[in-house]
Amino acid sequence: MAIVYQKSAGLTDKEMHYCPGCNHGIIHKLVAESLVELGLLDGAIGVCPVGCSVFAYNYFNCDMQEAAHGRAPAVATGIKRTHPTQAVFTYQGDGDLASIGAAEIVHAAMRGEKFTTIFINNAIYGMTGGQMAPTTLIGQRATTCQSGRTVEQAGMPIRVAEMLSTLDGCVYAERVCVTDIANINKAKRAIKKAFEKQMNREGFTFVEILSTCPTNWGMTPLKAVDWLKENMIPYYPLGVIKDTGAEVK
Amino acid sequence: MEKELWKGNEAIAEAAIRAGCDCFFGYPITPQSEVPEYMSAHLPKAGGVFVQSESEVAAINMVYGAAGSGKRAMTSSSSPGVSLKQEGITYLAGAEVPAVIINCMRGGPGLGTIQPSQGDYFQATRGGGNGDYRTLVLAPSNVQETVDFVQEAFDIADQYRNPVMVVCDGLIGQMMEPIEWHPVPKRKLPPKDWATSGKYGRDHTNVINSLYMAPEDCDQHNVHLDEKYAEIAKNETRWEEVDCDGAEIIITAYGTPARIALTALETLRSAGLKVGLFRPITLWPFPEKALHDLAGNPHVKAFLDVEMSSSGQMLDDVRLSVEGQKPISYLGHAGGVMPTVEEMVQSAKKALKEVK
Amino acid sequence: MKKEIIISGFGGQGGLAIGKNLAEAGMAEGLNVTWAPSYGPEMRGGTANCSVVLSDKPVGSPVFAHPTELIAMNAPSLEKFEAGVQSGGIVFVNSDVVTDRVSRPDLTAYYIPCSKIAEEVGNPKVGNMVMLGAYVAATEILKPETIEVMIREMFTGAKAKLVPLNIEAFRRGMACVE
Repeated sequence: MAIVYQKSAGLTDKEMHYCPGCNHGIIHKLVAESLVELGLLDGAIGVCPVGCSVFAYNYFNCDMQEAAHGRAPAVATGIKRTHPTQAVFTYQGDGDLASIGAAEIVHAAMRGEKFTTIFINNAIYGMTGGQMAPTTLIGQRATTCQSGRTVEQAGMPIRVAEMLSTLDGCVYAERVCVTDIANINKAKRAIKKAFEKQMNREGFTFVEILSTCPTNWGMTPLKAVDWLKENMIPYYPLGVIKDTGAEVK
Repeated sequence: MEKELWKGNEAIAEAAIRAGCDCFFGYPITPQSEVPEYMSAHLPKAGGVFVQSESEVAAINMVYGAAGSGKRAMTSSSSPGVSLKQEGITYLAGAEVPAVIINCMRGGPGLGTIQPSQGDYFQATRGGGNGDYRTLVLAPSNVQETVDFVQEAFDIADQYRNPVMVVCDGLIGQMMEPIEWHPVPKRKLPPKDWATSGKYGRDHTNVINSLYMAPEDCDQHNVHLDEKYAEIAKNETRWEEVDCDGAEIIITAYGTPARIALTALETLRSAGLKVGLFRPITLWPFPEKALHDLAGNPHVKAFLDVEMSSSGQMLDDVRLSVEGQKPISYLGHAGGVMPTVEEMVQSAKKALKEVK
Repeated sequence: MKKEIIISGFGGQGGLAIGKNLAEAGMAEGLNVTWAPSYGPEMRGGTANCSVVLSDKPVGSPVFAHPTELIAMNAPSLEKFEAGVQSGGIVFVNSDVVTDRVSRPDLTAYYIPCSKIAEEVGNPKVGNMVMLGAYVAATEILKPETIEVMIREMFTGAKAKLVPLNIEAFRRGMACVE
């Protein structure tokens, strides 16, 4: 019998703990497949965050370090600088990266650290139970902005990919989502490209992935996909934001 | 062996390089900035990695990453900066990642002063971060000891998979003194087969982590750590006794005050007093039993604890060790004011007079 | 034998360097030495000082309130430290900059025109070497040859041309107290 589909060798057999409809599972798979297809898995070292993907070290079939909240880019700096020929990545959520770890991500990008950051933006704190994130949209409800986020109270949400792309050390920043097959394929191409540019020692590479959180958004998984398309994409436009190696069209 | 005149902070950096430090991550702060400065100039030439981090928080987490992946890593700072490193230190301890951390102490609290102090004794020995953990703390009292201890610290850290702190004060960091680069004892070290250096065909992934969701698992992890700390206490406790045989009054001091006390001892002896110095070299593990036993000697009448701290921090450990057997008085200053020889002499005389 | 010396002056007058030279020379002669600087904002333009101990026994305290000798390169230094000098001690005053006199009768004072001699020698930067010469001659604790060897080792390569100048300044300083 022909095998038509197989779980990536980049993932362990550990059953994932993610909620139904959460996009982490898809994104883990894309990262794992990319590492395998590029022949990087064996030497890869990943850094996971504090947040819903805190247990990612159980799922990726490569060496992993669990970082303190927000510090993954600093941890990855220590790893990559001492293991310059190996693939190093951080996998971080929006509270971890855009709030408590804002300094670490900005400076890793500024220094042009040669690792890849996979940034999961689901506009909310998942693990701690639905609090407002720096990426929570205006009007979006969260347990710490129960009538909806206001500009007066919390300012406008942060567009991390655009912010980091202003730094010369960041050579690649793309925003993708995984709402359907076409977008999943685009997301994978972005992840692979980021790793390729990393291994080419071009600089800091960054892929922001818009993601759903049906549990904390209070929606079914399908409704969450619609909400993402209708609300997040207009504010967080998809596409390549920076690619210093891209051909001029 | 030929003596060379070295500034404390530069000697710390050179000692680390000689000990095979692979990487250094640091941030400028007075009075330790010569450590990152020296490292930036010399570590890359020795094949190592130097990064000036964006903060002390980032520096200690870079150490966590590099050391977790199997490299010899060090960071240095001074008191307010070491406060910021506490998060990283508890993660290092929790995940059992070996690393060397230097604290060139200055006065606090808050911004305090840039002058020498010992106000971080509690922070170093009690664990400034969250949770039940210990870091081995070495307290040199001159530049020679500092370079010896920094070199040894890497081996101790690797042997026990535990962070090791070397605490000195701004004076030791800034002063120059002749030293010899004599060989320090090398330990037989276990392989770093736990490190996240890449799987490369290994049948399992290595994970550096301090997270245990099940309470029983976390409890068991703490039991394991406790056993390790007991082992460290058994093997690594160090102290020095100077003229304690027959002494009636014992000065307890570490670091710079212990060295100032050596001059006070001379003055007191020439005045006919029987005086000794008990100097803890490891602040954790504290030489509890040795001090307890010394206090039990009939010839010992009283103790004088001297620190560069306002009301005494090591004093707590001295009390816990002496266990009320003999009276203990205290002399100390904070904020960069150093206890003087004259003050020590007067305080020792007074303490002895009170018990006679 | 134990010398506890405070050297104090404006940043740039070379006071810290005098201290380092004394410590280096002391070490070369087999003495136990320490050099401890004041540090901080005073490094950036204010008055900076350092404490040097030269001793035939291991050095206990590297800092002290009562020096055996004081080298005052500027007026605030004399004002600040004169009172603490041990009775019978020596004060060296940079008399081109300091117009005050040492007021205590129990101290020996030497007034050394460091800047004037340095200019006569040909470089205003060697004033500290003049003062070092005065100290060595007055205390007789270090051999002048040790200092001259040190000066030769200090300036090598392209800087070797500075050796005669510094030695000349050092000798002129010695002559001030002879």
